Amino acid sequence: MDNNIYAIELENITKTFGSVVANKNINLNVKQGEILALLGENGSGKTTLMNMISGIYKPDSGSVKVNGVPVSINSPEDSKKYGIGMVHQHFKLVDVFSAADNIWMGTEGTGLLLKKDRYERISEISNKFGFDFNPRKIVANMSVSEKQTLEILRVLYYGAKIIILDEPTAVLTVQEIRKLFDVLRRMKAEGHSIIIITHKLNEVMEISDRVTILRKGEYIDTVNTSETNEQKLTDLMVGHKVNLNIARVETTFDRPLLEIRDLSINNDEGSKAIDSVNFYIRGGEILGVAGIAGCGQKELCEAIAGLRKVEGGQIIHKGDNIVGLPPKAIIEKGIAMSFIPEDRLGMGLAPSLSITDNMMLKNYNKGKSILVDRDSARVKAQEIIDKLGVVTPSTETPVRRLSGGNVQKVLVGREIDAGPNVIITAYPVRGLDINSSYAIYDILNDQKKMGVGILFVGEDLDVMLALCDKIMVLCHGKLMGVVHAHKTSKEELGLMMTGAKDISLINGKVAGIAKDSRIEETKEAEVE
Amino acid sequence: MNVFASFIAALLKYNTPLLYGTVGEIVTEKSGSLNLGVEGTMAIGAIGGLLIGCKADSLLIGILASFFIAALCGLFFAFMTVTLQANQNVTGLTITTFGLGLYFFIGNGFKSAGKWPDMLQCEGFLESTKPINIPLLSKIPFFGEAFFSQSIFVYLGIIIAVVMWWYLKYTKPGLRIRSVGENPAAADAVGINVTLYKYIHIGIGSGVMGIGGLLMAVNLSGSFEGSKCWIDGYGWISIALVIFAKWNTLLAILGTFVFGIFNTLQVFGPTLAEKFPGVLGWLNKIPPQFMKALPFVITAVVLVITSISNKKNDQPAAIGRNYYREER
Repeated sequence: MDNNIYAIELENITKTFGSVVANKNINLNVKQGEILALLGENGSGKTTLMNMISGIYKPDSGSVKVNGVPVSINSPEDSKKYGIGMVHQHFKLVDVFSAADNIWMGTEGTGLLLKKDRYERISEISNKFGFDFNPRKIVANMSVSEKQTLEILRVLYYGAKIIILDEPTAVLTVQEIRKLFDVLRRMKAEGHSIIIITHKLNEVMEISDRVTILRKGEYIDTVNTSETNEQKLTDLMVGHKVNLNIARVETTFDRPLLEIRDLSINNDEGSKAIDSVNFYIRGGEILGVAGIAGCGQKELCEAIAGLRKVEGGQIIHKGDNIVGLPPKAIIEKGIAMSFIPEDRLGMGLAPSLSITDNMMLKNYNKGKSILVDRDSARVKAQEIIDKLGVVTPSTETPVRRLSGGNVQKVLVGREIDAGPNVIITAYPVRGLDINSSYAIYDILNDQKKMGVGILFVGEDLDVMLALCDKIMVLCHGKLMGVVHAHKTSKEELGLMMTGAKDISLINGKVAGIAKDSRIEETKEAEVE
Repeated sequence: MNVFASFIAALLKYNTPLLYGTVGEIVTEKSGSLNLGVEGTMAIGAIGGLLIGCKADSLLIGILASFFIAALCGLFFAFMTVTLQANQNVTGLTITTFGLGLYFFIGNGFKSAGKWPDMLQCEGFLESTKPINIPLLSKIPFFGEAFFSQSIFVYLGIIIAVVMWWYLKYTKPGLRIRSVGENPAAADAVGINVTLYKYIHIGIGSGVMGIGGLLMAVNLSGSFEGSKCWIDGYGWISIALVIFAKWNTLLAILGTFVFGIFNTLQVFGPTLAEKFPGVLGWLNKIPPQFMKALPFVITAVVLVITSISNKKNDQPAAIGRNYYREER
């Protein structure tokens, strides 16, 4: 094929939602057998742009060419016809169907009836592409990585030559990412064109041939990966110089603030989510929690905050067992929780209420009047807006109208405002861009300096290695061990996350029990 | 015909409308739409089918008319909820209210004009509603006459239920409509025309309900009472039976007739009590008001039991939520 013809070429694409310009005059092109990374902060319009190629949105203006021929893509059907396939960030799979049926439902010309041979036909294809895959497995029983494999296999089965992956690595472990990249390289060698969206610069450097950078909906530049580096890319993406180092603040540790002993918690289905786990957090310490999605992090956070029933074990706060206390009593003891779920708004904030009203959710019952005290809440809301640099028209703007980063700042800000001594925070930078993420890290480090103990449930191992003092690893609800962040590596953590390495018992010593525990003291006192 | 056989015969005859309502609603709900307009859809299908059927003096035309008129109600529901993104619950309730209103409007209009057709005089129509003896099978002693000497409605209802089960489970359009009901975004992403699939299946589902409405009218000899609707709550019971049947049209056959036993006791209680005073004499002591309320009480009980026992969720995941592709 002529090397000057691009597999896909976008020219001057513009898309607006109401008064918001999501994409403005974007140019992008990919050659055959090339991997293009699409880079940009949150809200820079990457996903919007890709959704236009895959037929979910229609561009307001601009042109799309596939193999040099102008096309108009009005629906996912059209996009499929032109050989474009997208692996979405939130998988578009039917949970109750088998893997095969999820592929089969979109096939054309395969007859009216569902025949048994569809399983074999899909097996054949998956073997051809080198996947190890059970076509009869129900999607609901699949791991995240299996679901992603299914999505990739599906676009390949439909004959896609141009494949878009939207943040494919966000939910994978280090080993799984390596496997994914092997697949991408093989696809590239076979002549597929790939567009990959990711926030992780090291991955961009590793996998891509060229990088296209967007900022605030505008096209900035396209550079060859071999001629750039992470710092240059960040500067292009953010628009000014950014210091990429996360500082680990050195503090003196206090005695354990929060101690967890033999804790067992069930999940919603009634099976063990957390199984006999021990750990402790000292004042002035950030303890990271690593684990693949669904290994019990959510249940652990909820149990400590008093939102979930504890099946066995103790949660000791400053020597007092808090198991069974109502959430309000736990808040009053100074334990704050901010959990950012996948949809970001699900827990902690009421999306339709204003920032002021959300401030009041936790302290509405303070004060003597039967009427709520909105004035002081408004003052507090303004303080948080000023201190954390929340971008909002006013304190009365509904939270759901703010961008993801600002929503998260409001949530973290409110939790810190209560002056806690323990902060439980899960995925505080989930989906945030570099600037907002660093603002959140700074907040956490400030709290750490003030002697607060922080439990940090995270996704990005690089960040956890830099920010946390210690990291505990969970695998299927079991503690795999607690390691010092400066003495471990991503590879070791990855092995522990998948359960391949278990160092929870070394020389007969159980990990996660403090030498200077407060628990023994209280027990002795009881004996006396 | 012995008492048992005539009990079965009545059970099938008077409860088949529920089967139509339930199967129609299952097909609708499989597309991810919760249509609460069953009662109204059945009422409109019934009165339209009866008037046109009697006018043409043909049951076949009556059935087709009830199907297409009710399907129009379904297409209205689809237009409101799929195209205009209106709330499904409100739209469904609107169809019920509107349908019943139209039913009384048309019925009373014809009646006061003295033009209400006497179904019993429409010989061609009436003849076709009579039981059809299936050769050989209806000759089986004891059961034969009960099961295989039924009106066309009973056979058609069971055939529709079986065909729908096969269609949903073993055909590709069936797979596709299930995917639309489970996750419309996923269906859309693989190139399935979500809007078209929804329109078609909501329309067919409502049409099936309409035939059930016509059967209710026929069972009551087509006599119009100015204050009481033929459907009399059966549409609502159908919606509950969908849950009992776990969104499976084969189970709907079983569910309808198991449920129908209680329904039929209402009519057959006194006869049974007379025939077997020793065993079933107590049936006569139950106040008729209670017997009349029984189907609805059982509906409530069934809902409680199935909701407790139904750990594996059979409900289509996207039910009740409208799908808008560009939603952010």
